[in-house]
Amino acid sequence: MRNLLRGRLGTAAGFTLGAVLLLGVAPAVLPAFSLGLLGKFLCFAIVAVGIGLAWGRGGMLTLGQGVFFGLGAYIMAMHMKLADASLFGGTGVPDFMSLYGSGEVPGWWEPFRSPALTLLAVVLVPGLVALVLGLAIFKRRVKGAYFAILSQALAAAFAVFLIGQQATTGGSNGLNGFRSFFGFDLKDPSNKLMLYMIAAVVLLLALAIARQLMHSRLGELLVAVRDQEERVRFLGYDPATVKTVIYVIAAVLAGIAGALFVPLVGIISPADVGVIPSIAFLIGVAIGGRATLLGPVLGAVGVAAAQSSLASTFPSFWVYFQGLLFVLVIGFMPGGLASLPAAVGRWRRTPASASTPDAAPPSSTRPAAPDLPAPDPEAPDPAAPHPEAPDPEAPDPAAPHPEAPAKATRPEEVSR
Amino acid sequence: MELLIGQMFAGLSLGSVLLLAALGLSLTFGQMGVINMAHGEFMMAGAYTAFVVQQTISDAGVSLLVSIPAGFLVGGVLGLVLEAVLLRRMYHRPLDTLLVTFGVALILQQAARDIFGAPSVDVRAPGWLQGNIELLGAPIPLTRLFILGLSLLCLAGLVLLLKATPLGRRIRAVVLNRDLAETSGVSTRRSDQLTFFIGSGLAGIAGVAVTLIGSTSPYLGTNYIVDAFLVVVAGGIGQIKGAVIAAFALGVLQSVFEYSTTASIGKVLILIVIVMFLQLRPQGIFSLKTRSLA
Amino acid sequence: MTTPTLLPDGEPRAGGLRHGRPKYLEVRDLSVSFDGFLAVDKVNLDVIQGDLRFLIGPNGAGKTTVIDAITGLVPATGSVNHTGTEILGRKVHQIARLGVGRTFQTASVFEDLSVLQNLDIAAGSGRGPLQMLRRRKAVEPAVEEALEIIGLEGAADKKAGILAHGQKQWLEIGMLLVQNSDLLLLDEPIAGMSQDERAETGALLHRIAASRITLVIEHDMDFVREFATSVSVLAAGKVLSEGSVAQVQADPRVQEVYLGTSKTGGH
Repeated sequence: MRNLLRGRLGTAAGFTLGAVLLLGVAPAVLPAFSLGLLGKFLCFAIVAVGIGLAWGRGGMLTLGQGVFFGLGAYIMAMHMKLADASLFGGTGVPDFMSLYGSGEVPGWWEPFRSPALTLLAVVLVPGLVALVLGLAIFKRRVKGAYFAILSQALAAAFAVFLIGQQATTGGSNGLNGFRSFFGFDLKDPSNKLMLYMIAAVVLLLALAIARQLMHSRLGELLVAVRDQEERVRFLGYDPATVKTVIYVIAAVLAGIAGALFVPLVGIISPADVGVIPSIAFLIGVAIGGRATLLGPVLGAVGVAAAQSSLASTFPSFWVYFQGLLFVLVIGFMPGGLASLPAAVGRWRRTPASASTPDAAPPSSTRPAAPDLPAPDPEAPDPAAPHPEAPDPEAPDPAAPHPEAPAKATRPEEVSR
Repeated sequence: MELLIGQMFAGLSLGSVLLLAALGLSLTFGQMGVINMAHGEFMMAGAYTAFVVQQTISDAGVSLLVSIPAGFLVGGVLGLVLEAVLLRRMYHRPLDTLLVTFGVALILQQAARDIFGAPSVDVRAPGWLQGNIELLGAPIPLTRLFILGLSLLCLAGLVLLLKATPLGRRIRAVVLNRDLAETSGVSTRRSDQLTFFIGSGLAGIAGVAVTLIGSTSPYLGTNYIVDAFLVVVAGGIGQIKGAVIAAFALGVLQSVFEYSTTASIGKVLILIVIVMFLQLRPQGIFSLKTRSLA
Repeated sequence: MTTPTLLPDGEPRAGGLRHGRPKYLEVRDLSVSFDGFLAVDKVNLDVIQGDLRFLIGPNGAGKTTVIDAITGLVPATGSVNHTGTEILGRKVHQIARLGVGRTFQTASVFEDLSVLQNLDIAAGSGRGPLQMLRRRKAVEPAVEEALEIIGLEGAADKKAGILAHGQKQWLEIGMLLVQNSDLLLLDEPIAGMSQDERAETGALLHRIAASRITLVIEHDMDFVREFATSVSVLAAGKVLSEGSVAQVQADPRVQEVYLGTSKTGGH
């Protein structure tokens, strides 16, 4: 019971702390400009939560999250352009259209005049695109590298498409120069604060949803699908359904993040959604710990903060640094920073084998089942966090060796 | 009619560049499960090699002939280094190799920007490659014909190496069954290195080839890598026959789509065609059949 | 709430249940070809509920391929009828939902999940979306019973990846039990086990088979002699002989292709 309470209370305390920091401390301490930047980082963090689910927990290396981010962003941007045009221009035609195009609003822009339809579309359009793609790809058992490459091609095609449609999407300039957000003046500092608050609340909600998913039966099944997709079929599940559900959730999160990004940052362009930004979303997730709940969020915010402080002063250095991050983190610390405590612990216990943590199959050294400690009588509920799990926020029944299990079965194969 | 033939030929020529780029990718993917995002940057390195060679040898014809083996060497050595330093410890983590090599790609791109500058540079085509020949009334640029020939020559060389030499037999054995090959005394280390060298070297040659039809910039690799990967996926991983068919089909389709719509819609259409194709053949045109669960 | 009994009393016997309407597996003209090579060639099999059938045969006889075909892993022609339902041509997960469960030569459990999570997933293919989105609260009775049967009560919260080899195979059998399958296909369940573990596994199979349709692939002839109630011999993709262990052993064709070589092998 104590464990259960500690788990629940710990979670509640964690969320409260997060809420106090994001909604109370940050607005009080940070100047308006920095708060706006933080709001932008929080958008990336929302995308990262989705990537953590799909990639860290589900093993789907999605290199095309920029597409969903972009869909949400462009839908919001189209609405804001139209609203601005009605409010300030009087003509109802966005400025750039008369500049590059016929000066007429294309039919597919019209639905986004409505604020309600826009909000609905921000969620539904990325969700539906992901649903169709997910079903088409996963039902046919296209997976692993094939999926990664297809999702990357999607991002490439999306960016090229946007650039090509100068008259209706703003081309490579993208959409910018917004003045109002659902009737609120974007120059007003209190409205900027409101936008930041919305982003912070959405992030907290996204975390709550992700936490529930990770701890649910679906979350456990997702890990099973990640590690042994074919085996899951023989238990009567269709892995494609599981993967599609998670892929859609990740896409919706990215879409919402994109929609928040536009009023916060003031521009969306193909440079924010193509191949490179789509992959760049992943590095923060990897640094923080792809299979954990908070890791992706902290990693994404950290990388974005580093980028905004370094990239403008040392652009060349920043690119080298970003490249090195990919090489070092993915190559040498695939579990991310979240795996450091465990790695250090392992290293302390067995310094000799530290460099190859999974070299010796632990099964040979562990005591047989009867010798295991009896369950704590005070925690008869086996669903409660295991006593050994240090932190309810990072329980990883699933963490740090995302692709190792395939190898771990080898010793038996050979011994037969 | 002339337009159609011209368009078809543009497609074949694009396909031959894609083929050169995809052959190496397909080899390393098939043999080691490595998804090398830096492959495009090996192409870029090949292209800049051609540029540097022409700075030293001013005769465009001679410099082209020197550039081809030089580009092969530069690409190949880059591949060898990448394999030895990073990738060989990651063979059981194919998806992670994609991200690690993406990091390498970023670094190489930036290095090119720092060394050669961000604006693009041009390599002069030799005089005997300037001009067109007529094919059924359509003008065919000689440079594109040369690239097609070069890529078919490389293909023939590769097939010959794989089918007719002991070296190639070892590589094919490792592709089919790594563990068995190893226990049969094949040095998988050596054949992995060799495959990486050859595959990356082909990317270098592809880089030299594209200098004939466009200018060279640090972004050259990014422009080709996604399409080259699509060729590998559509053709079937590790399948040379599949890569050949897929590369030319993709090249021709792309130029037909671009001709009948616009470049940007053409890209989207290509992707839709590939996703639909994978509905029919999820493993690509050709695939290895095994009994294993995975 | 009544406790479900995964293992009702009773003994398996040749020919299966004699009363009521027993469930059955009826395989007719099952053929599998790999690029023109006939791995399974018009196999016919009948297994009745309550029979513990062993499928034996030399390496490459097509035993595993038969199970692969029944469970939908490889495409096949012919007919596989599970108590009135044709299952050939359906997808793997649909076949599993029709009550067909299997294990694999190499124990394939979810190594990063706990023993309890493994069993809970195996027990849950019928759960609705809402149940899937909620947390696992209590241990389902069937899962608890399975834990006890396979002797892993103490290891419920251990990751499956750190179990000993034999324990992993028992976990697979436990997953098969809670999966609520009535047709069980086990592929070399005792491979790599110690003598003691073999005996225990045999006893467990014996209890399981009393109320189910059970087909076990096995190489170890001592084990087959001890626990099989009936045997089918497969060689070169065809059923060579069928009957009790004694009958099969007496069959000269079997002696020629299988037992002859097995005897010289030191059994």
